[in-house]
Amino acid sequence: MAIIQTTNLQYTFSRGPQLIFPSFQAEENSELLILGNSGTGKTTLLHLLAGLRKPTSGEVEVNGVKLNALNGASLDRFRGKNIGVVFQTSHFVQSLSVMDNILLAPYFSNNKLSKSDAEKMLDRLNILSKKNKKTSTLSVGEQQRVAIARALLNNPSLILADEPTSALDDENAKDVLNLLREQTHALKAALLIVTHDNRLKDEVKQRIELTALKS
Amino acid sequence: MKIIFIAWKNCWQKAGATTLTLLLLSFGVGIISMMLLLENQLSDKFNKNIKDIDFVLGAKGSPLQLILANVYHIDAPTGNIKVSEAQKIIKNPTVKEAIPLAYGDNYEGWRIVGTTPRYAEFYEAKLKEGKIFETPFEVTVGSYAAKELGLKLGQTFKSNHGLDKEGEEEEGHDQLFTVVGIYEASGTVIDRLILTPVESVWEVHDHGDHEESAHAGIVSAEDHDAESAHEDHEDEHAEEEDGHEHAEEDHAHEEDHEVTAYLLIKRLPMAPMILPQLVKNTNMQLALPAIEINRLNENFGIGMSVVKAVAILIMIISFLSVFISLFNALRERQYELAILRTLGGRRIQLFILILLEGLFMVILGLIIGLVLSRVGITLLSDMAKDSFHDEFNAMIFLPQEYYLVGVTLGLGVVASLLPALRAFFMDISKTLSND
Repeated sequence: MAIIQTTNLQYTFSRGPQLIFPSFQAEENSELLILGNSGTGKTTLLHLLAGLRKPTSGEVEVNGVKLNALNGASLDRFRGKNIGVVFQTSHFVQSLSVMDNILLAPYFSNNKLSKSDAEKMLDRLNILSKKNKKTSTLSVGEQQRVAIARALLNNPSLILADEPTSALDDENAKDVLNLLREQTHALKAALLIVTHDNRLKDEVKQRIELTALKS
Repeated sequence: MKIIFIAWKNCWQKAGATTLTLLLLSFGVGIISMMLLLENQLSDKFNKNIKDIDFVLGAKGSPLQLILANVYHIDAPTGNIKVSEAQKIIKNPTVKEAIPLAYGDNYEGWRIVGTTPRYAEFYEAKLKEGKIFETPFEVTVGSYAAKELGLKLGQTFKSNHGLDKEGEEEEGHDQLFTVVGIYEASGTVIDRLILTPVESVWEVHDHGDHEESAHAGIVSAEDHDAESAHEDHEDEHAEEEDGHEHAEEDHAHEEDHEVTAYLLIKRLPMAPMILPQLVKNTNMQLALPAIEINRLNENFGIGMSVVKAVAILIMIISFLSVFISLFNALRERQYELAILRTLGGRRIQLFILILLEGLFMVILGLIIGLVLSRVGITLLSDMAKDSFHDEFNAMIFLPQEYYLVGVTLGLGVVASLLPALRAFFMDISKTLSND
């Protein structure tokens, strides 16, 4: 069964362009690159896939559950448990330590996870030594690792990454991609990366190009 | 981890704004609570001590001073009046009872008042040990004075002339006063007085012309005979005492004895019409405690109202400060909040988070404010102890303070509500797209 499947997704801004997205699906252990220039609705698509925004028409199905059928709190819960999202620039709760920040994920999704699970995750991403630091004291690369740790801690089956590398230098970008890939395999998840970063083009085979479709 | 933990941490993330809000709130709450405590205890003291005293008869001067000196024992007396002259007033049929008060001496700054046993009975002060004074130079001591002075039954001491212990050392008297009894605490002025027969005061000042440099040190005598005489004394007294009889005795003894004042209790309702006529053309005056204290309260009241208005203003500003600091934080932290939603956080959880941040500030401000007001009252109490031998209780919680807590919490919720609602209705997708 496909982890994620979309059919005839469309989104219309109230005073803007209508976006029509190609239908696609992704399986376990698969990687999919969604490419497009700015204005083609990359971020909007990602938000639709994550259930952060409702499509004007069409369906998103994650693990066999239609996101449209969920509402309010149950959608928030479902997202927290099944979907991990990594953003371009990482935002953290400034007042909390690295450890507490990644523990937010199991807390808000009601997942029973212990501190040692979180420590294992930080260790896998090589940032265990920073666990008691405030996130603002970390480098951009380290911050992105923490964001990945937070997105993956709940063992999501779908990992969505929005421009995860565009703020990073070559070396860090490579690192982050490798980490995402490794963890995707470890979790038997599907990885979707939305980007215009050309450095990733050669790395990922499967890709969808978005074009500015306006009507 | 709990939302409450995140809220707590967030409060201190913006330590500057939070501290300012806390300062404002705790000062507002503190001042209001202190005013409540003061008002309550002052009016309690005033009312308790007025009792049923209808008039105070004393020397001409400020009527308020006469009242403060003779009812509350916190001001200097206006002067003395002749017992012989006072007779026509205290013997008037409209007067039920007259209790004489004669000042003159103090012991270590505590007032020695020459009076009759009726005085303490009038305030329902009961004997704790020993007996009530009978003959000159016997004293029965109020509970607070006895405690502070460390006076015990049978102990003797020399008095100092005047009302202040300072600067009068040369004028000490030779006569030894003997403690024959100690009163129980009654919550009235009796607690901080040393009572003696009015004759003691007369004798001290009749024969006390020869001045030696005796000073008021505790001359402790270890004879405890006095203890054998026990409590059951008061019943006998209650029957026999009547101001009239005493006054008559006084009159019989000496024509030109003086007292500081008489406390009068009226028998007939027309007393207020008749008595003032009788003091006309004398150098005496009649003061009405109820009226003077009302006037004092009014003057006090204006001051207190101004202070309260300022405190309320401070509190309004502090609620604005809660509101503004939450709103600013919301703007700065909108991504944080969006991320919490992405991680599975529900709208209601964000709402609670912001509300808790506001409430934390308000609750902390309340606690600090209530503690501050107690510290303030304790300091005031120390000052009152020095100058009036009286104290305030800082460790009570008034019913009005429950209202203060309730209203503050309520307004805290209101100030946090709008920011919290904004977090509730936030469009996460839009917020995250603004990257």
